Amino acid sequence: MTDNSHNTQSNNSKLVIKLVVVVIGMFGFAFALVPLYEVFCQITGINGKTSDTAAVYESIEIDRSRTITIEFITRTNTGMPWEFKAQTRKVEVYPGEMNQVDFYVKNNTTKSYVAQAVPSVSPGTAALYMNKTECFCFNNQPLNAGEEAIMPMKFYVDPQLPKDIKFFTLQYTLYDVTASAEGVAMNQG
Amino acid sequence: MSTATTELGHDDHHHHAPSGIKRWLYTTNHKDIGTLYLWFAFIMFLIGGAMAMVIRAELFQPGLQIVDPNFFNQMTTVHGLIMVFGAVMPAFTGLANWLVPMMIGAPDMALPRMNNWSFWILPMAFSILLASLFMEGGGPAFGWTFYAPLSTTYSNDTTALFVFSVHIMGISSIMGAINVIVTIFNMRAPGMTWMKMPLFVWTWLITAFLLIAVMPVLAGAVTMVLTDKFFGTSFFSASGGGDPVMFQHIFWFFGHPEVYIMILPAFGIISAIIPTFSRKKLFGYASMVYATTSIALLSFIVWAHHMFTTGMPVGAELFFMFATMLISVPTGVKVFNWVATMWRGSLTFEVPMLFALAFIVLFTIGGLSGLMLAIVPVDFQYHDTYFVVAHFHYVLVTGAIFSIMAAVYYWLPKWTGKMFDITLAKWHFWCSLISVNVLFFPMHFVGLAGMPRRIPDYALQFADFNKWISLGGFAFGLSQLIFLALLIKACRKKGEPVSDQVWEGAEGLEWEIPSPAPYHTFETPPVIK
Repeated sequence: MTDNSHNTQSNNSKLVIKLVVVVIGMFGFAFALVPLYEVFCQITGINGKTSDTAAVYESIEIDRSRTITIEFITRTNTGMPWEFKAQTRKVEVYPGEMNQVDFYVKNNTTKSYVAQAVPSVSPGTAALYMNKTECFCFNNQPLNAGEEAIMPMKFYVDPQLPKDIKFFTLQYTLYDVTASAEGVAMNQG
Repeated sequence: MSTATTELGHDDHHHHAPSGIKRWLYTTNHKDIGTLYLWFAFIMFLIGGAMAMVIRAELFQPGLQIVDPNFFNQMTTVHGLIMVFGAVMPAFTGLANWLVPMMIGAPDMALPRMNNWSFWILPMAFSILLASLFMEGGGPAFGWTFYAPLSTTYSNDTTALFVFSVHIMGISSIMGAINVIVTIFNMRAPGMTWMKMPLFVWTWLITAFLLIAVMPVLAGAVTMVLTDKFFGTSFFSASGGGDPVMFQHIFWFFGHPEVYIMILPAFGIISAIIPTFSRKKLFGYASMVYATTSIALLSFIVWAHHMFTTGMPVGAELFFMFATMLISVPTGVKVFNWVATMWRGSLTFEVPMLFALAFIVLFTIGGLSGLMLAIVPVDFQYHDTYFVVAHFHYVLVTGAIFSIMAAVYYWLPKWTGKMFDITLAKWHFWCSLISVNVLFFPMHFVGLAGMPRRIPDYALQFADFNKWISLGGFAFGLSQLIFLALLIKACRKKGEPVSDQVWEGAEGLEWEIPSPAPYHTFETPPVIK
């Protein structure tokens, strides 16, 4: 807006620098969305992921005024040839009470695999109240050819669970992580 | 492309620019670069259109007959990518290059060398993308939205080429946007205050801000796809602790502002054309500026309406539903302002006005189906059906592309100094108008009846409608060849010479300079009334 071309030049470069900073900032923001999303989901439970670390069971009062029905679904990801099922399909529990459900896996193939189970709770908000003190999903599970195993999962439902949730589903999907497990030890739940 | 040259004025007292191909390769002139962008966009429009013809030929009747499903998927993917990033966006950038300096009384864009770069990397990007179609395994086949895990686990190795071409397109758009912002901030003629700027300049300024805000996010998303696919990261892979739904959040955080990037400049164009042929001032100029700004701001908080069926909490669904519906308020302000501008005006129906009127009616149809899609329970039925396809083609083809055609017809005489062939233009308009509705309107019906999008085959009960849709598609495709003929004729400077003002009711700085617009304009800033 000035006739002085030197002035315009320096105004231009100042503005360009500011805009480039915005661009770089937004590129960074795309990656910042990853942890932001994690945190947001942990707080709200919207993606149905349960905590990937073991909860500590402190003696809490068991709420015997209501029961919660939990259903277990197991599936294997495409290309994962194991047999995988819950020993108990459905449990009815009191909030605050310790429970154990066992899962059966068998590697029916002729080579060794490493598997990783990934949990998902529906409705998602229930995931925040599903506390596992012990779970096979905290570590990856290697099985040799033809081997089978019983994998335990110990949990209690937080008595704070909203009253309107009377039923929820916990699904485990078993992924083949043989390739990546050879290099790095996995620590996800 | 050299037939499209705007000849150098003989009285040009500057150094002589190189001739032939070098003129176009080395040019830093905003008018040359505008012309390059517009021709590039038109060629991409024809290539992307040819892919749409393949899609419609396959869907002409049920069953698989012409192409195999993998190639069909490549066609839908690359059609989308080319039309969004290769046709609509470069066409708007071309119009901005031509018009923004002339409208604000500036001699050129603020950063002419960067301008040259931002254009010339585009052909590279699209050569890479198109080349991937001919490689082993074919090009991208995961939809233009490249949802993970389709683009990570289930894609082939040419995904790397897709990622790099999107990076280059993004860099090009960002450079173009920075140029527009710097030009508008620093190069306005004395007296050209913010609220005197033509609306096309305003809408482009806001679009440019949207571009620099979200194109880097797209670059981030494709980078994550690249590292997930080739370098073992797990941004979107559940087995490694990532989340595929997060891909959709990141993508649509870019994607929703992107759809306004493709429509805001159109609002500016229509706001220029309607007053000219109504011979009245634009009704509610200030409200248009504020409406554009509110649409741009709202576009950042509605992204998850693309994801209602991914299993969100009801509270989030309600929030995104109401935020989306809120956008219809500023958009409605615009539509009513255009109608109010025409009210009791002395209307004439020259070709740009015909396209502008068609835009208002048909864009509003697209807007209304958008409102229907915003309603959560209804969206569960409409999601991923042809109803969605109908919706976004009404807003993009009869919205964005009709506005670009309106703009070309409106400003072409200023660019060439000659009136275009009006008979051909009217044929182009009426053929396009009728065929585009035969093409997209029945898609609403098959969508409501449950026909899924992106599938090369369909149930028998959709056969009749699909036949009509395909016929409309072929007719619309052929109609664009009329446009091609007209443009070639116009660039050869055939036709009646036009006055400086060109259109009787036209107002603005670009109508005060000679026709054709000289190679250099406003080297001394004009006086703003």
